[in-house]
Amino acid sequence: MLRTEAITKIYNHRKTAVTGLHDATFDIAAGDFVAIVGPSGSGKSTLLLMLGGMLSPSSGKVLFETQSLYDLSPDERARLRRRNIGFVFQQFNLVPYLTAQENVQVPLYIAGTASNEQETRAAALLERVGLGDRRHHKPSELSVGQQQRVALARMLANDPKVILADEPTGNLDPETGQQVIDFLAELNAEGRTIVMVTHDARAAERCKRVMRLVDGMIQVGEGAPLASTSSQMPDSQRPGRERHEEARVDSVHRQLLPFPDGGGDLA
Amino acid sequence: MQLRKLVWREMFERKSQLATSFVAILLGIAVVVSIKNITFYSEKAVARELDALGANILVLPKSASVQDYYSADMQNDDIPEEYVTTLTLSDLQGLDNLSPKLSAAVEIQGRRFTLTGILPKSEFSAKAAWQGAGLFARPLEGCGDVADVPDAFKPPAQETLVRQRVVNDLAPDEALVGADLVSLLGLKAGDSIEVLDRTFTVSAVLPQTGTVDDARLFAHLHTVQEMLGKGPVINAIEIVGCCNEISGGLVQKINKLLPDAKVVTVTQVVDTQVKTNRMMSRLSMIFIGIIVLVGVAGIANYMYANVFERRREIGTLMALGASSGLILRMFLLKGLLLGLAGGVGGFLLGTVLAVVLGPRVAGIVVMPMPMLVLLAVGISVGVALLASCLPARSAARLDPCATFQEV
Repeated sequence: MLRTEAITKIYNHRKTAVTGLHDATFDIAAGDFVAIVGPSGSGKSTLLLMLGGMLSPSSGKVLFETQSLYDLSPDERARLRRRNIGFVFQQFNLVPYLTAQENVQVPLYIAGTASNEQETRAAALLERVGLGDRRHHKPSELSVGQQQRVALARMLANDPKVILADEPTGNLDPETGQQVIDFLAELNAEGRTIVMVTHDARAAERCKRVMRLVDGMIQVGEGAPLASTSSQMPDSQRPGRERHEEARVDSVHRQLLPFPDGGGDLA
Repeated sequence: MQLRKLVWREMFERKSQLATSFVAILLGIAVVVSIKNITFYSEKAVARELDALGANILVLPKSASVQDYYSADMQNDDIPEEYVTTLTLSDLQGLDNLSPKLSAAVEIQGRRFTLTGILPKSEFSAKAAWQGAGLFARPLEGCGDVADVPDAFKPPAQETLVRQRVVNDLAPDEALVGADLVSLLGLKAGDSIEVLDRTFTVSAVLPQTGTVDDARLFAHLHTVQEMLGKGPVINAIEIVGCCNEISGGLVQKINKLLPDAKVVTVTQVVDTQVKTNRMMSRLSMIFIGIIVLVGVAGIANYMYANVFERRREIGTLMALGASSGLILRMFLLKGLLLGLAGGVGGFLLGTVLAVVLGPRVAGIVVMPMPMLVLLAVGISVGVALLASCLPARSAARLDPCATFQEV
């Protein structure tokens, strides 16, 4: 579904080159549920944005199915995103002056859906996330958990094949965070591919694979795979340890990658 | 969800910023409209005042000089009366009033006065061909025409000869007498007066002008021609011409039309009006220029701030699949709505200001000018769109990554 080929991203800050991501090559198969973990500034966001066609690499390729994303024009990439990719953000990024219903309608409007159909579909999606009675409330009138559910409904509006989630539980209490992860697992069970950036060890446990980024490099094994998270448990006690131990070394790029089909469903 | 709903909702989300920007454009357009409105009526007023100074173009015989004209135009040479017809039937624009005259020295009760034959305006209208030519129905913008201003501006009927060089009606046996004749001969309206064995009834007494007109007795042109036995000739044609047209070559055109006559302009009168009109026009343009600059700067500032404030929202829309064209349209539509509202509001406020302040500031009556709504909306929308172009483009080109600071 998604493939990267030796992608590197170098930023220039105050005339200094900073490597955001270095020589990353990996595949994400259709129906996969991948967690990307790593310390702040390790390149997780950079990677997620590149997978979503929002940030071009300095070198290398990102392929969606067989299409090289950055060989497309920006507007063609926007079209591809609206048809195939759904984003979930840590801050929810709801449009503050629109109601929950209107927020869910936005991607449908962008996709050119008729007004009546927009309304029907948005209402159904809000019902699905349990907010049927809060359709006409603005984000400021909703709790953070409810706002994230509106964002999830909005993400589903165009029935995306791929979901790119950035810290979807980062601003939520553990219980609400768990509900969000349950929901994402449910969407994955429907066949959608999910790539999730997270600092939450429990959220990462629910994924089929975990990808660790340190200083722009993809790594697994050796130390604790989730060492940067709040958990400081010894490696031997970490959930998912076995999964990381199944990682293979990509000899060409000298990177450690989990097996595409490895890890099993921990959900 | 539609684009206009998205834009409309956002505008009212940040009311204080919107209000500041709206008030700026509203006041700017109001100033433009009120200046234009007052200027228009002020030019009319100036034109009327200059009109009162008399004719600004003279058609004289070749051998005559302007001095002859000012010394009661009693030069020996004359020109055919048909020149009046030629001018009337021509397609020349900017001829407001034509007054053919024939003068001769006469003695009344032992004193010398000037008998002047004039053609009343009603006779122009009575002639079908002339009426068809529509001489008196083709006023030009900025000319001395006063037909479209309120009655309050019209001069008293008995003064039209003095002010506009024409009278509306004059019977063959009627006469208008100047102030000197009145004081020297003790005449008043309704009295009879005998001139060259012909008796006239004094139909009106003219006010003192301080010119040779005070010693004139005006009678019907054809009566005077008959009395003098000169046939259908005249000494001069006085023309009140539109100053803008005169500066645009009206005199040369008349000269071409009447090659055997001498055509001269009273340059001070023409120059004064042309200069006044130009000054008002320039003043108005300077104000418009300043307001356009201030408006562009103000709205551009507001729009840039708006784009900066909405970076995350723009990035989110891009992540959801919005094209750069959609983002561009969002901001341009916002500029358009702001321009429309500012234009209509500015027109209404400017009109009220002009009508209220016109009489107090400029001493003239100002009427609303509905056609200024087009100018107001045109300038306002143009300024708003111009000011929104760059901010809208920067929004459309925004790097979506920079909009997700938390990722």
